[in-house]
Amino acid sequence: MTETTVTPERPLVVEEGETRPGFIGQNIPRKEDKRLVQGEGVFFDDIKRHEMGFVHFVRSPYAHARIKTVDVAKALELDGVYGTLTGDEVAILTDPFFELSTPPGAHIKDYALAVGKVRHVGDPVAAVVARTRELARDAAELVEVDYEPLPLVLDGEQALADEVVLHDDAGSNTVWSGTFDWGDFEGAMAEADHVVKIERLHFDRFSSTPLECSGCLVEYNRGTGQWTIYGNHQMPGVGAIWMAPALRVGLDKLRFVSQDIGGGFGNKITLHPQFTACCLLARKLNRPVQWTEWRTDQHTANTHGNERTFLDVTVPVKADGTMLGFSVKAIDDCGAFPRYEPLGCIIWAQVTPGCYRWRNVRVDFTQVCTNKSPVAPNRGYSRMQHLWLTERIVDIVASELGLDPVEVRKKNYVKHEEFPYETPNGCIYDSGDYARCLDIALDLIGYDSLEERRRDAESRGKLFGIGIGSTLDSGTNNFGQSMILNPDLQFSGNNEVATVKLDIFGEVVVTLGTVPQGQGHETTASQVVAEILGCTPDDVTVRAGHDSYWNSHAGFSGTYASQFAVTGLGAVKGAADKLAGEMKQLAAAVFGATPDDIELAEGQARIKGNPEAALPFMALGAILNANNAGLPEDLDITLNVRYVYRPPFQKPDLDRKYGNLTLTYATQIHACALEVDPETGVYEIVDYAAVDDCGNRIHPQIVEGQVHGATAQALGAATHEIFTYDEEGNLLTPNFYDYHVPHALDMPPMKNGFIESESPFTPLGAKGMGEGGGAGIHAVCAALQNALGRRGEGPIVWRSCNPYHRVWEMLQQPEQTRRLVEVESR
Amino acid sequence: MDVEVTVNGEAYERDVEPRKLLIHFLRDDLDLTGSHIGCDTGNCGACSVIVDGVLLKSCMMLAVQADGAKIETVEGLAQDGELNGLQQAFSDHHALQCGYCTPGMLMSATALLRANPRPSEDDIRKGIQGNLCRCTGYVNIVDAIKAAAE
Repeated sequence: MTETTVTPERPLVVEEGETRPGFIGQNIPRKEDKRLVQGEGVFFDDIKRHEMGFVHFVRSPYAHARIKTVDVAKALELDGVYGTLTGDEVAILTDPFFELSTPPGAHIKDYALAVGKVRHVGDPVAAVVARTRELARDAAELVEVDYEPLPLVLDGEQALADEVVLHDDAGSNTVWSGTFDWGDFEGAMAEADHVVKIERLHFDRFSSTPLECSGCLVEYNRGTGQWTIYGNHQMPGVGAIWMAPALRVGLDKLRFVSQDIGGGFGNKITLHPQFTACCLLARKLNRPVQWTEWRTDQHTANTHGNERTFLDVTVPVKADGTMLGFSVKAIDDCGAFPRYEPLGCIIWAQVTPGCYRWRNVRVDFTQVCTNKSPVAPNRGYSRMQHLWLTERIVDIVASELGLDPVEVRKKNYVKHEEFPYETPNGCIYDSGDYARCLDIALDLIGYDSLEERRRDAESRGKLFGIGIGSTLDSGTNNFGQSMILNPDLQFSGNNEVATVKLDIFGEVVVTLGTVPQGQGHETTASQVVAEILGCTPDDVTVRAGHDSYWNSHAGFSGTYASQFAVTGLGAVKGAADKLAGEMKQLAAAVFGATPDDIELAEGQARIKGNPEAALPFMALGAILNANNAGLPEDLDITLNVRYVYRPPFQKPDLDRKYGNLTLTYATQIHACALEVDPETGVYEIVDYAAVDDCGNRIHPQIVEGQVHGATAQALGAATHEIFTYDEEGNLLTPNFYDYHVPHALDMPPMKNGFIESESPFTPLGAKGMGEGGGAGIHAVCAALQNALGRRGEGPIVWRSCNPYHRVWEMLQQPEQTRRLVEVESR
Repeated sequence: MDVEVTVNGEAYERDVEPRKLLIHFLRDDLDLTGSHIGCDTGNCGACSVIVDGVLLKSCMMLAVQADGAKIETVEGLAQDGELNGLQQAFSDHHALQCGYCTPGMLMSATALLRANPRPSEDDIRKGIQGNLCRCTGYVNIVDAIKAAAE
């Protein structure tokens, strides 16, 4: 079990010898670590307030039921109970959260607590606040709710029939549906020598389950009508846009604060219902209230990743293995409430053809509600499901037509020389070299000795398989894509903010609009600032966490969608560049020189070629802030700079559903070797390689850490992690006993490689990364397919999660899945 | 009930509810918030501490059961503001991202290295098997513990 980080033998796309000066690209010690390894981080649950009350939600035991009555009288009688909140109160005190969809989804009414009906097990119907968390839990047991159970629907396809409708106001379970048609699919079919048809593929429900559950401490200031929310919302700018209108207040009445957050992975983007309930309670009870989600509650009723069924996949293929595109009908199951949805109905289109030169794509996409937990943008959001489809297409086509999975990929991959590459729907893949990444992955995994290893495994009674996953991590959203779903939405482009100031004693202080959850933003921001200002990262203080009262955030601020290296550091660079200019102006005024004569180096502003004429940062800070008499009147500087980075986006063409939806595309090429016990279905990953290309790496160690983590999550999702329900809508995997996430012994040996294809579109040549595209899921599925069958024989791996029992079932009854695939050769 | 404990060498006495978990006692009553809570079921290990020399998950023990015990938590690892070797190795090897599992992970590694100062990689993985991390895939955590042992 060893990790090998390799430097490819062939030159990097950033040419060797072109070493970057200064701190960018160096593994400097992380600024966050010293507090975190001493237990001195401050997570929301560490914050206490005098006389605060603990919140406990009363949750529905039914997947679908009408709420007849809610009686809190007995709970209120319990000594130490401060108060309660019910759905009826919420319906009076708030407006429903706005919906992003066009009708029918637009008519869904979503409140902080269930109003009238419950729609999934765990749906909160009331909240209780008490002196201790134990008392609050006791009191919640005393709340009497009378339910009238209703028929339920748990399956996305069945939900389409609308025999059971979750949201009466919408009148249908369909949230959004539309057809995407790019290129000439009929022409591609006419041109094809083979047509491969796959009846059904299914991407299972799971989530990245951050170790810290969700929560907040909310204080209400009666004098000003302002709430301060110390919580772990990872996209507070958008959270406030949801919450403020619902609470009928202006945005500035909601102050979001966080320091350290224990992982997010997208699961903390849709906390507005719970936070709104806490705001109402803090105001009603006139005391601080604290809510810490229980693990069981998170699994049952917070967020899952999107579940998606792909039907009637049709792939036209030329005799030489060139694939011309595909068509598919996709049904996305978003659970009981859309919340961040239906954005997942367009986000996948960022990577429409995956890594491939496919020009003809037709997707009929429908999203539906079911009586299950709502979903949220789980790491790899929506692209992961779609990329799993593209990779399954490649491997099933290769297997059915007897093509080599490596060669068929290389034939169909976008070529290195074709970048920047425009996809059929107008997205611009910025840079990359997929074939080279694949070669590195294959080298790492010892692809040359494949047959020898297969024979060795077979001699031990094992089936051996090898599989590849090629995915893209599209980063820095153009929110204009939301208008493709709903032209009335007034969202487009993207932005992020940073401030950098030079203070009286020469301190360089940075604030970020982002909300980090372990990505090391304090560290990488300090690298960029130090390089621009000519000091060291130790000289730069980056304020930990986020506070919306720092005035360093904008509408899309947050930490999500693989973008900090572009938007966050773009803002930091912009602010630092501006501050550097001001520092030069000030020094020039003092020396009677021009700004062009000044250089910033070694913590000083000095005249080039005359190191004696130097002002240390402390002098600059002091002169402007505290000793400024006599400075020229027209010296218009503050040494306190706010910069908003705005990526160069246009609004998409809504009629054609066409446009550049994201700025950067990081590459992940993974390869997996595994051995299956044919008697039991138990399998073990025996070799694994992950090759990543995210452009210029600001801090290589942090990048590799993200690759390790994304891979671990993908392997968990491929092998064991799955949210399954019984017929009554009870979640069968509501905690870490039943929902098995990988522990240290589960992880296979991991080998890592990288190349750096500089992005031509970003301030630092870097690309957002960290979400990965779930390459590990595809690699495991492909390796299983490879192990279980040969050309035209054996089972078809048709689900994304394949625990041992599913593998055993496929081995026992290969015809059950084999019939899903049909090849028509002309 | 009256509970007396020594935590990281400091004596504490508190009146606690009999049903209070040790982790809630440490965090809420003693304000030692370094140890974390990540599950309801004793699976995640974020609350791992050492009680009378034995590694345990402090959500699996009542505070009253710890009466009279000597408890070690993450707050006691650094001495005079200096990180110990294990903490430094975690930073050097980028063995933490969000840092939420880190206190428990460090306590498990501390217990492991006391019992087995020269662990193999397999020993290390077994030693932290009870601690879940969702950020790192354990790769750098294993490397850090290996380095600290050397």
